[in-house]
Amino acid sequence: MKSLRTYAILYLIFLYAPIALLPIFAFNDATIIAFPLSGFTTQWFTELPQIPALIDSVKNSLYIAVITAILSTLLGICAARAAAKYTFRFKRPIMGFIMVPLVLPEIIVAVSLLVILLQLGLSLGAGTVIMGHVLICTPFCIAILNSAFQNLDPAMEEAAIDLGETPWSTFRLVTLPLVSPAIISALLISFTISLDEFIIAFFLTGTEPTLPVYLWSQLRFPARIPVVMALGTILVAGSILLLILAEMMRRRGLRRAGLQDKGGFL
Amino acid sequence: MTALIDLKNVNKYYGDYHALRDVSLEIAQGEFFSLLGPSGCGKTTLLRTIAGFEDPSDGTLHIAGADMNGVPANARPTNMVFQSYAIFPHLTVAENVGFGLRKSPSSKTDKMKSVEEALEMVGLKGFGGRAAHALSGGQRQRVALARALILKPKVLLLDEPLSALDKKLREQMQSELRRLQRQVGITFILVTHDQEEALIMSDRVAVMFEGEIAQLADPQTLYKRPLSRKVGDFIGVMNFLPAAVRNATAIELDVAGLGPVTIAPDQAPSTAKTGPAEVGIRPEMMSILFEGEPDRETIAEGIIKDRAYYGDMTYYDVHLKNVDQPITISMKNIIGRPVLDIGDTARVSWDARSLVLFSD
Repeated sequence: MKSLRTYAILYLIFLYAPIALLPIFAFNDATIIAFPLSGFTTQWFTELPQIPALIDSVKNSLYIAVITAILSTLLGICAARAAAKYTFRFKRPIMGFIMVPLVLPEIIVAVSLLVILLQLGLSLGAGTVIMGHVLICTPFCIAILNSAFQNLDPAMEEAAIDLGETPWSTFRLVTLPLVSPAIISALLISFTISLDEFIIAFFLTGTEPTLPVYLWSQLRFPARIPVVMALGTILVAGSILLLILAEMMRRRGLRRAGLQDKGGFL
Repeated sequence: MTALIDLKNVNKYYGDYHALRDVSLEIAQGEFFSLLGPSGCGKTTLLRTIAGFEDPSDGTLHIAGADMNGVPANARPTNMVFQSYAIFPHLTVAENVGFGLRKSPSSKTDKMKSVEEALEMVGLKGFGGRAAHALSGGQRQRVALARALILKPKVLLLDEPLSALDKKLREQMQSELRRLQRQVGITFILVTHDQEEALIMSDRVAVMFEGEIAQLADPQTLYKRPLSRKVGDFIGVMNFLPAAVRNATAIELDVAGLGPVTIAPDQAPSTAKTGPAEVGIRPEMMSILFEGEPDRETIAEGIIKDRAYYGDMTYYDVHLKNVDQPITISMKNIIGRPVLDIGDTARVSWDARSLVLFSD
């Protein structure tokens, strides 16, 4: 038991120590990333909005993340609803193949997408990044939405129809409100994934880099590293906030439906 | 008078599985009708067919004279109380009850008034503002009832509505449902696997096995004169004794353990033939004679093999002479009557009028 606890603690340190270093050096008053720390400053944070290329990459990333979140959640709703409500031929292999990008190496996805898009003669840009991101975000959305749709008592929809509603108004009045926490959770998680994603964005971004790609390009200039640290700190804090929000929505959904919590992403 | 609900030769297939076999049924206006059977007998499929959630593979269904072929569930004059109650958890009690009024043209105050009335009818006056997900099982059931009755359907369909409640609450709801049905005068169709519930509540009961109606009768006939051994076995407790029919027209038979008997035509199927058969007799239709009680004509000797004391009743397993299987006899524990012990000899009195002959 004791060795297991030591292992767990070491593992957590290994996992989070580098991330913990980010804010430490983001507030450190020196351009060199090394101990000892030389003093506290917020200079790197105030420098951030003064870099136009950085602002552009943030805008680009937000745009891609919002569109990706909406598209992959919509696709996820369709797939999860179909999986919960209908039985059809090859249902299991179809659902399996949709979920595969979850474990496929991103570099493989990125390279193959690049080859195909160039073959098709499409120019690289935000649109192509969105395509790649939707591909990897949709399985996450399905995983979140699936449990919400599976937990939905089929009698709920039947009851609404029995009381005179059409299938569409039933979906709007009963189904959607009951799965809406999961939908919000799926939107937030796919938004976060898209915002942080590097490999696919790096391959498919063209001349307008996303934020992670821009950050990577700045690592070549040592003077910029503290600024990158500052930006990284903001990104980590934002991601954690969004994930907490997503998990809160998921739990609220379960409570609303009066169900037991059976795990989840967090 | 024409029937309110009229099913003719309804069949339902799920692939190769034959869920409903040639079901024909007429249910009258104002009747409390039960579909009774073990799980998988097709009773819920039949209810859902009437509601419009399943389409019959063939056969016809008329409700109040109108052909229901192609009429979707939201356009039928039926409303349903689901087994899980299906109370919308994101709405209040009043919003749940008033859900069906959304499309009605009446004014908001009128709608609120009918919601109040519906809640009062099921004993939930003043509960309208509560969140639906915070209700207890019994309260959910009442909300489901009010929600289904507010549209004043011609038929109320109830899919095992009491199976999720504990025994006390279930018994209370049984009499309340019965009272409510008399009060509103709407035809109720209840699906249940609980034979006692079906007997207590219904005007008529259809017993179903494997997609077929095995017997359709009022509770007393069903209990006293089951048409087959299977029905007799499913409704309450019944003892079965091997018998041999000597004369099929006068209905004379030899019953193992009881001896030669002559029974009336209504105790035997019209298809009775000479040869081996079986008779059924209910535990309370026989009695053990205690000392001091007057002798009767028809007496069988036996030994008590087992007994179960229920407080108001004692159930004895009695081995009759020349019968392999013990039979069950129930005795009321009235004043001055002792509870017999295992191994005691028992003098069993019985009456030919309480026998039922089965030829299947």
